[in-house]
Amino acid sequence: MYGRKVKLRFLFIILILLSLILSVFLILKSLEENVVYFKSPSDIQLLEEIQDKKIRVGGMVKENSIEISSEKINFIVTDFKNEINVVYSGVVPNLFSEGKGVVAEGYLKDRSFFEATKILAKHDENYMPPEVKAILKEK
Amino acid sequence: MLSSLMGYYSLIFGLCISLLIILFSVKNFKNSNILDSKILLFSFLQLVLVFVSFLGLVISFVNSDFSNETVFNNSHTTKPLFYKITGTWGNHEGSLLLWLLVLTLFIFIFLVKSKNQLKKYRILTVIFQQIIIIGFFTFLIKTSNPFNYLFPIPEEGLGLNPILQDPALAIHPPILYLGYVGSSIIFSSVLAATTLNYINNDWAKHIKGWVLISWIFLTLGILLGSIWAYYELGWGGFWFWDPVENVSLMPWLALTALLHCILVLEKRSLFKSWIIILSIATFTLSMCGTFLVRSGILNSVHTFANDPERGLFILSFLFVLIFISIFIFFVFHKSDNKKLSPIFLLSKETSIVINNWFMMYFLSVVLIGTVYPIFLDVISSQKISVGPPFYHKLIIPFLIPLLIFMAIGPRLKWIKSELKDKLSLAILLIISVLLSLFIVRNFETNYLLNSILIGSAFYLFFITVRDFFSKKTQRLSQNIAHFGFSLLILSILFNSIFSNEIITNLKVGESYKDDDLEIVFNDLTKENKKNYVLFTGVFSIKDKSFNNILKPELRIYNQPNIITSEADIKITLLQDNFITINTVKNEDYFNVRYMIKPFMLWIWVSVLLIALGGLISLFNKKHEE
Repeated sequence: MYGRKVKLRFLFIILILLSLILSVFLILKSLEENVVYFKSPSDIQLLEEIQDKKIRVGGMVKENSIEISSEKINFIVTDFKNEINVVYSGVVPNLFSEGKGVVAEGYLKDRSFFEATKILAKHDENYMPPEVKAILKEK
Repeated sequence: MLSSLMGYYSLIFGLCISLLIILFSVKNFKNSNILDSKILLFSFLQLVLVFVSFLGLVISFVNSDFSNETVFNNSHTTKPLFYKITGTWGNHEGSLLLWLLVLTLFIFIFLVKSKNQLKKYRILTVIFQQIIIIGFFTFLIKTSNPFNYLFPIPEEGLGLNPILQDPALAIHPPILYLGYVGSSIIFSSVLAATTLNYINNDWAKHIKGWVLISWIFLTLGILLGSIWAYYELGWGGFWFWDPVENVSLMPWLALTALLHCILVLEKRSLFKSWIIILSIATFTLSMCGTFLVRSGILNSVHTFANDPERGLFILSFLFVLIFISIFIFFVFHKSDNKKLSPIFLLSKETSIVINNWFMMYFLSVVLIGTVYPIFLDVISSQKISVGPPFYHKLIIPFLIPLLIFMAIGPRLKWIKSELKDKLSLAILLIISVLLSLFIVRNFETNYLLNSILIGSAFYLFFITVRDFFSKKTQRLSQNIAHFGFSLLILSILFNSIFSNEIITNLKVGESYKDDDLEIVFNDLTKENKKNYVLFTGVFSIKDKSFNNILKPELRIYNQPNIITSEADIKITLLQDNFITINTVKNEDYFNVRYMIKPFMLWIWVSVLLIALGGLISLFNKKHEE
């Protein structure tokens, strides 16, 4: 009925469509699983349940809250309304210090305790992560 | 003062010349048959003017002329001369001036190099390129003038961000820009060629050089940025799927796809529409990159200033360009459906189509991962980030078929082909699978995915190595680039499997011990340097294969007041031993990070090999058939 060329072309288009659908599906599914949400200490207070999912917490490092020992570093992240204790054992970026903005990535243990797996590096002393800026603006 | 004025007025004159060039071009387009020599002359004049303007800025930086706002914001008298010069493009305004300089340089080179091309095509390319140049002139003068005057003149400047004071970063922006801006020539040229219905074999041969040039520079630029992040930022790796890295990877993927398609168009009249779309996409992605990075939407070291006006300008400029190109594509482009050339399933054309599928897939993954968080923020003000697992999960499995196609594709011939010496191909496949099984089994990393990946990477590795020695190798450039890619994947895999990292907090005199490793913090010395105070930690490290003293540094810059860590890296052929220290709250404890990174050197070398492939192709155009 149809020529060989037409059939081939038809097959080709179906193949393209299939691979397109497949890749869109894969991307969306993987996106859903691997997205990391950003929360402020106040957001965390409002959480309904504590999930075992990686999140980011941002705010300012509270004055006089950093404690360091040979294994770990403890500090408090605050958005001047609420605060949360963070425990961390890992690399500390250069600009991590008291009274400066910070973004920590890790797992929430309960509403006032956060176990960080990574503290995000920043590059400039005047620089504040947009997320942290937004939090401070809200208050 | 004088140099700033000179720079500023050169910019204004440069902009005027753009308008003159367009005027001459439009006149010349209809009238005569040869290119008006005035166009060439004025392009040269424009190049000189932009160069003078750039030189003016460099001189202001060298003289620490703080009446210039850009210099004041980004320089300091105690800064070493080298970083005074490189600081010129270590900021928003200066880097844009550099971008403009490269734009004018490239269009001049284009005019000189394209003497054999049609006159109309050359003129149209000049016009489109001048539209881009005018856009950048206006952007520079209106929103980011590098020559703003400050009064009263400050005594001292604010200084350059110390992490930018590094040799790799001094040449990273110019190299990357050569890549980005090279894609602007491809863009202008493809628009001109579409308008004149000139997308054919001759055009492909001519534009291939430009595609190669921007591809090579983009590759090298990404490499330099990556090396810098490895040792200066102390990230201790080569790729982090940071949005800013992704933004440079996207044009690279599009350009790689384009590079392969051009090879087809050189020989056969296929994929014309697709090539037009790819060329437009490459430049758009480069511009989008600039927009995302400069507008402050992405947070990174590249975000020099958060200025909404700048973002808006780039965005609207981008829309104008996209609109023009879509208009040209739909109005002028005639697809020649009537004389469809045959394609058979087993042919070089098919393998290149497959290459493009992979590139487009990777591109969409990276694009979605980068843009989705911004999109979500605008729509629902939810703040999210997309981490490496997303990219790894979506990209790594697809590397396996990519590697195998990369091994087999180049051995196919045009139009219709048969796979020759199947026996040796099969034998090599078996050898590489066995080898990877042996490696994976012996080192107790029983990941199924890893062994298949290593197997397919070895397959490409062996086939390309064999081709170096066989006389049948037709395309040395392709073989080197593919060989480099297999080496890259192998090094990355071994690097990620065998890496080891220890993070601990130590005081001077303390030591860290585990089963087979000992780190002793022997000493800490203090030294005053020109613009920073230097602390050097002395660590002795002992394990089975490594017994050495490493000296990581901690620099406390005085202007601006920033602490940076300088890693100490012991580089050998097989592995890097990497250590950084950092203070926390000025206490006695130092945050120490020690890493063993196998095959790091080979990651850099393999990317160089990939770029070398492009370079050989560029200089070997005539001999390779």
